[in-house]
Amino acid sequence: MTSQAVQTSAIDPKAEAAVQMIDVHKWYGEFHVLRDINLSVRRGERIVICGPSGSGKSTMIRCINRLEEHQKGRIIVDGTELTNDLKRIDEVRRDVGMVFQHFNLFPHLTILENCTLAPIWVKKMPKKDAEEIAMHYLKRVKIPEQANKYPGQLSGGQQQRVAIARSLCMSPKIMLFDEPTSALDPEMVKEVLDTMVGLAEEGMTMLCVTHEMGFARQVADRVIFMDYGQIVEMNTPDEFFKNPQHERTKLFLSQILH
Amino acid sequence: MSTTVDIPRFVRAKQVEALPPPNLARGPIAWVRENLFSGPFNTLLTLVVFYLLYVSVPPLVKFLFIDAVWSGTDRAACRADMGGSETGACWAFIREKLGYFTYGSYTVSERWRVDIFFALLAIGVGWLLWLKAPRRDLGAVYFFWLFPILSYILLTGGNSDFSGRFWIGFLIFGVLLIALFAFVAAILKTSLRPALIIAGGIVAVIGITLALMDIDFGLRHVPTSLWGGILVTLLVATVGIVFSLPFGILLALGRRSKLPIVRMASVIFIEFVRGVPLITVLIMANTMLPLFLPGDMTVDRLLRPLIGTALFASAYMAEVVRGGLQAMPKGQYEGAMSLGLNYPQMMILIILPQALRIVIPGIVNTFIGLFKDTSLVAIVGIFDVVKTIEASRIDPNWAAPTIGLTGYAFAALFYFIFCFGMSRYSLGVERRLAAGQKR
Repeated sequence: MTSQAVQTSAIDPKAEAAVQMIDVHKWYGEFHVLRDINLSVRRGERIVICGPSGSGKSTMIRCINRLEEHQKGRIIVDGTELTNDLKRIDEVRRDVGMVFQHFNLFPHLTILENCTLAPIWVKKMPKKDAEEIAMHYLKRVKIPEQANKYPGQLSGGQQQRVAIARSLCMSPKIMLFDEPTSALDPEMVKEVLDTMVGLAEEGMTMLCVTHEMGFARQVADRVIFMDYGQIVEMNTPDEFFKNPQHERTKLFLSQILH
Repeated sequence: MSTTVDIPRFVRAKQVEALPPPNLARGPIAWVRENLFSGPFNTLLTLVVFYLLYVSVPPLVKFLFIDAVWSGTDRAACRADMGGSETGACWAFIREKLGYFTYGSYTVSERWRVDIFFALLAIGVGWLLWLKAPRRDLGAVYFFWLFPILSYILLTGGNSDFSGRFWIGFLIFGVLLIALFAFVAAILKTSLRPALIIAGGIVAVIGITLALMDIDFGLRHVPTSLWGGILVTLLVATVGIVFSLPFGILLALGRRSKLPIVRMASVIFIEFVRGVPLITVLIMANTMLPLFLPGDMTVDRLLRPLIGTALFASAYMAEVVRGGLQAMPKGQYEGAMSLGLNYPQMMILIILPQALRIVIPGIVNTFIGLFKDTSLVAIVGIFDVVKTIEASRIDPNWAAPTIGLTGYAFAALFYFIFCFGMSRYSLGVERRLAAGQKR
């Protein structure tokens, strides 16, 4: 089931891979949610993961910053292997940004405080520097004027852009996106996708769970299709959309691309 | 402008301007009609309520104010057979006994110290509760460190008279604590300096506290057995409130901990304390605590119920806080964790501020319950407000038919002012927080 690209690079832990997942398995109780996941992500690579709901795609990227624990196999993020060692987990989380479907902004803090919180407390950055960096990234996602509002006063698209800026403030090496546009009104999807495209163009390593196939075509280096907790197919976007190999992939694509 | 169904095609040509709402009948008469007499059933209810108010309010006002006796020096003023009036409340009794209700049997010549304590308490509470007050961080230091020391010195007289052996013991404790911090820092491979500074700071704060308690300010010693009245009620309530919230938070976190021993201990404590009446806790604290302690160690008889009520309230507080923690969406934890915050940072910065805000009504409810429960310390012989009123009620010098009623009316007024104040304050805080951050 695993593709050839993985076979060549997954075994060597010293390789300059941003993320390596080797024979990863995970269970929720009796339910085998991730099965034999082998994936190696190069630095600067953009990967889009799609698949039906319940296929394990969210779980897979949540394993990368240990929001979920894997029970078998190895996950190495930027040279650090994820184990039960809390120190390592914190190290990995510092370098891996994550954007969630429901934004998960902190409603009791202003936009600026949302962005400066982690740099101040985790990186021990002086408040002034943190605010400067936060304003820089808020400008980049085009909402510096909202800095002193609370998340509840912003639209969904704006909130999601704040969430992206908040992650960027930690200057992560890898960004994970878990269906970042699924909870948005149709009119707001584009502003978030534009931000993500901008990020991709700057060479950020990205793993993105999304069903925005236009985005996948535009920026992805590889598209992964998952089903039943397995990687079913992985290919360049061109080949993936034009010439899907697996029956399951063909069925899936025929249903989402009308 | 019609967009009815029989028109198959429609394109709006002109934007509809925003209009003010229609001018419905407003004013008092419309309000009364809408709220009090909107239907036969509501009209009936309104009339019944008016009748009940008519029956109950005028006699109450008559008893408390119109027929009340405001001055007098003994029972004669409030007895018809001795030339007084006995149909109304005997406020003269309250005026005469107010000193006793406030200070209990506290030495009369030293009561100014209690007044200063009340003033210091008011300053501390005001400083912390006034949300826009300047330097609230200093206010916290004042309220949680300086104020307790000053109160101790003022109320008891200070001059604890620690022995030389005690100070040697403290010295050994200090050295051990600093050594422990240095040791832990060495194990964790963090730098030594901050660990030493923290340890030194802790020892210094405790040392200064003890030294201040030891200094002889020339104040006369007043044993706690003489304290009473409002002094004791406020003291027990304040200590209970100040300790129950942090303990409650710790217990709530413990109960949700993944560590089985911590969780078990929290569950056992909470369920045990909630499972027994406060009276039981007080009696146990009073009679059984000394049995557990080494023979030469005694706990002050006022301190025992103080600890009892604080622990009792913590158990309730823990469940209130746990409710708030459970209401927090998982995404908040995940958002915090994904940014690399560790557990204490996540809890203190993200989860608790939101969870506690959700349960402000429950927290204040527990505080109010605690405030009124302080009257139960009378069971173990502490003279709180109610107990002092009870004791004065049977004073033969004031034997009159309305004395009991007046005394209880005073107690009700006292409790009501404090509880209603807490309730209003919490409503204000809720409204203020809600205005700042609409979800």
